[in-house]
Amino acid sequence: MTLFRSLFFAAVLSGLIAGLMVTAIHAVSTVPIILQAETYEAAGANAPPPAHDHGAGNAAAAHEHGTEAWAPGEGIERTAYTALADVLTGIGCALLLCAAYALRGQATDWCQGMFWGLAGFAAFTLAPGLGLPPELPGTEAAPLLERQVWWLATVAATAGGLALIFLGRRVVPAVAGAALIVLPHVIGAPQPEVHASLAPASLGHDFVVAATMSSFAFWLVLGMLSGLFYGRFAGAASINRTRPPVPA
Amino acid sequence: MQIESTMTGAVATEDSVAAPNALANRLAAAACAALFGVFLLWGVGFSQLEAFHNAAHDTRHSNAFPCH
Repeated sequence: MTLFRSLFFAAVLSGLIAGLMVTAIHAVSTVPIILQAETYEAAGANAPPPAHDHGAGNAAAAHEHGTEAWAPGEGIERTAYTALADVLTGIGCALLLCAAYALRGQATDWCQGMFWGLAGFAAFTLAPGLGLPPELPGTEAAPLLERQVWWLATVAATAGGLALIFLGRRVVPAVAGAALIVLPHVIGAPQPEVHASLAPASLGHDFVVAATMSSFAFWLVLGMLSGLFYGRFAGAASINRTRPPVPA
Repeated sequence: MQIESTMTGAVATEDSVAAPNALANRLAAAACAALFGVFLLWGVGFSQLEAFHNAAHDTRHSNAFPCH
């Protein structure tokens, strides 16, 4: 119980700091691009439907938010909810990292945490991003459920594959881990029938770079902080005592 | 020699009782943390509730969670 309290505290603190940091990064990198894309989306939604629809019109229709649903007001309110969502994402990811530290049962510090953070970046951003790159509002995409299933499966397979490679440290688990990492990409991410976007392609490219780099900073800092705080707060309770002592 | 092996045995017995408790403690903490982490990420990134989607919209796009 004490271990869980320490673990939880370490995760909340590191998630809060990394979440607020990435909110600041999003505010100057990804969010301005999203807002710009929404102007194209709004223009596309207001335009008369084309005589022969090639899909771009559907992209706007797919992004209808439903007029009756609540949405934060533009400006400070929208930024505040983005901050809240970023912090909750930070805490959620930090809980997963700290759960991994607890399972591993070894002394953890900022440097160990940094490598776990890099693994998180690979599993949660790089691997799913290869098949489903970060996309702007108004982009044509495959059905949502199919994409969510592929995304989750890819994250799980990549995390499991990395664990087999780096924690197994034997040939057979390493080969199995590599196969597990490649498998979702052999199957392939669900794609739309026609690739189309209301925003210009150059804006889409800028967004992929901005989203990937902000995620990199997020995971790097989250890993370092969660490793540092977990090592400090969970301390001796977190270390696996079943291992034989190292001979002097 | 006899005494030493008995002492070693006693220590081993103590460890074998303490170790499963520590392991169970770590497993329980890790499972609770992972479940709660997944629950949070599901709410922020995957919930189909319109209000959740709208509140977390920019975070979902920025983190490349499948959206819309």
